[in-house]
Amino acid sequence: MSATPSNAAIEIRGVSRIYGSGENRVTALSDVFVDIRENEFFTLLGPSGCGKTTLLRLIAGFDFPTKGEILLNGEDIAPLPPFKRPVNTVFQSYALFPHMTVEENISFGLEMLGKPKGEIKARTGEMLELVHMTAMRDRAVSQISGGQQQRVALARALAPKPEVLLLDEPLSALDYKLRKEMQFELKRVQSETGITFIFVTHDQEEALTMSDRIAVMSNGEVRQIGSAREIYDRPADRFVADFIGESNFLEGTITATGENSATVALAGGTTITAALPAGQKHSGNATVVVRPEHATLGKAGTGAFDGTLEEAVYFGTDTHFHIRLETGELFIVREQNRRGGGDDVPATGQRVSVHIGPEAAQILRD
Amino acid sequence: MDKVREAAMAARSKDVRNRWFLSAPALLVIFVAAVGPLFVMLLYSFMAKGDYGDVRFGEFSLDGWFSVFFQRDLFDDTFGLADAHIAIIWRSIKLSLSTTILTLTLGFPTAYFIAMRPARNREIWVFLVTIPFWTNLLIRTFAMQQVIRNEGLLNNALIWLGVIDSPIQIMYTDTANLLGMTYVYLPLMVLPLYASIERLDFRLVEAGYDLYATRLQVLRRIIIPIVKPGLIAGSILVFIPSLGAYVTPRVLGGGKNMMLGNLIEMQFGGGRNWPLGAAISITLMALVMIALLIYVRNASRNGGGHA
Repeated sequence: MSATPSNAAIEIRGVSRIYGSGENRVTALSDVFVDIRENEFFTLLGPSGCGKTTLLRLIAGFDFPTKGEILLNGEDIAPLPPFKRPVNTVFQSYALFPHMTVEENISFGLEMLGKPKGEIKARTGEMLELVHMTAMRDRAVSQISGGQQQRVALARALAPKPEVLLLDEPLSALDYKLRKEMQFELKRVQSETGITFIFVTHDQEEALTMSDRIAVMSNGEVRQIGSAREIYDRPADRFVADFIGESNFLEGTITATGENSATVALAGGTTITAALPAGQKHSGNATVVVRPEHATLGKAGTGAFDGTLEEAVYFGTDTHFHIRLETGELFIVREQNRRGGGDDVPATGQRVSVHIGPEAAQILRD
Repeated sequence: MDKVREAAMAARSKDVRNRWFLSAPALLVIFVAAVGPLFVMLLYSFMAKGDYGDVRFGEFSLDGWFSVFFQRDLFDDTFGLADAHIAIIWRSIKLSLSTTILTLTLGFPTAYFIAMRPARNREIWVFLVTIPFWTNLLIRTFAMQQVIRNEGLLNNALIWLGVIDSPIQIMYTDTANLLGMTYVYLPLMVLPLYASIERLDFRLVEAGYDLYATRLQVLRRIIIPIVKPGLIAGSILVFIPSLGAYVTPRVLGGGKNMMLGNLIEMQFGGGRNWPLGAAISITLMALVMIALLIYVRNASRNGGGHA
């Protein structure tokens, strides 16, 4: 979370964006701080309306912050118009110029920068090569497929060698298989060009698989910034734990604290040990999160708490067990399926116990 | 097999008959309202003129066409170019082009402004643009006269502001014609332009800015090429009626600043030379056709290359 200013490409410093005034006042972003490092694949992840696209538009220059600074290599670019920022965008709808060919689209930015003819031609050829579109260079953009349009949009935005490339949900219009391909393609292009990518998505899988770091956003605020593993394994708060992956939440009271862990007395009457991340509170009521795949099933009376197996849903690679606890809450355990392991699957309606290892549970910030 | 083929052919011929039957009303309208009158005009232009107007039926003559461009000297019977006619044709072309350019210059920002309003307000603006159509053209033209005449609103305002000392003579000049026609035909430019700008994907404009284009470059390289169909439609809708304008030059231009429309009216009225009137009318149509051909060729060269 702490990037030194020397290797931060973009620093968002206390940026707020408020639309309208009086009763119609809408806060799209409130007091956001984010440092994005050079050469990083950084993702802004959140549900629609969380402010991620607003933040991207502020960086691109299509919109201006109500308050705060956006530093690019230490200089505030927030007041500059978009054509004065060394930042390019891949738009959600691609926004390719319909009256130009593939090649004309890609060379447009270089032409506007007033580059010499020879350089424009060379760089455009390089970009066509990079996205494997050389054969299609003279096609009209209406004559190429969605995936190809996506590649052209990427090449067009990369051609002027921006310091930072912004990608606004670029894969959302593609079908599943093509999306997978383009995810790989984007990672390849990013590592080949070494340009800082800021990627906006609402798709957690996309974010987890592609990003070096992720900022999870909600209601115009940044909830957590970290690597995919940090965000999944150590969610900072209930929103992050709920939004990314599946989670079981257990309410309880902290009774004793160790160095990195605490003992929590659960509402159901039993006690478990849960990890206590630095900076989290040490007493009182607490919410504990347990990922379904981090818990296991056992015979009644042997684990952290018991419940009744309501349903076992077979998913091929794994099975989801829905367990109704004494408190009335539903707890989900996910177990991987093994060949020939069908015999020991408990029957629905049976009493079972949930085992939670010392690393599996974590106390959340309220 | 043969039976099947026969049945298919019978069905097809019935289909063809049905098609003609169903398009009969449209064909009737086209023949009665468009082709028929034009044919009458063409016929009249090749007939001898009657003494009190009309034509002498069945008497073939090229006098009408001859008089469009040439005149016979009254005294020595030599031929010369019909300077007055050529001046009027030239003035009509010049004024129509100027009107097209002026309406474009005023209409483009207007249409852009309307297209940039929030969706729910746009209809109100479009509605406001069409309000002048509610009033008769003649009355609007007389209203324009009240604005530009020597003691009119414009001159009085300029004198009151101290910009000028004595009124500027606008009435009965080409400027009056130009102002009048621009006023009358402006909505015809704004509406098709608005229709095309409204459909413009504003993200393309953002993409232009993002790729280092300045406002002027975005206008020239992105907005104008994309809204070109609207631009052409508007220009055609203004240029064609301008070329044949009658009321505006009659009221504002006076006798000295006639346009083709007035010349034609004169031949059918006081001039009592119907063949000449018909020949000039067809000349006007030819001019329009030429203008349209130039447009179409330009449009297909620039726009059709990539599509």
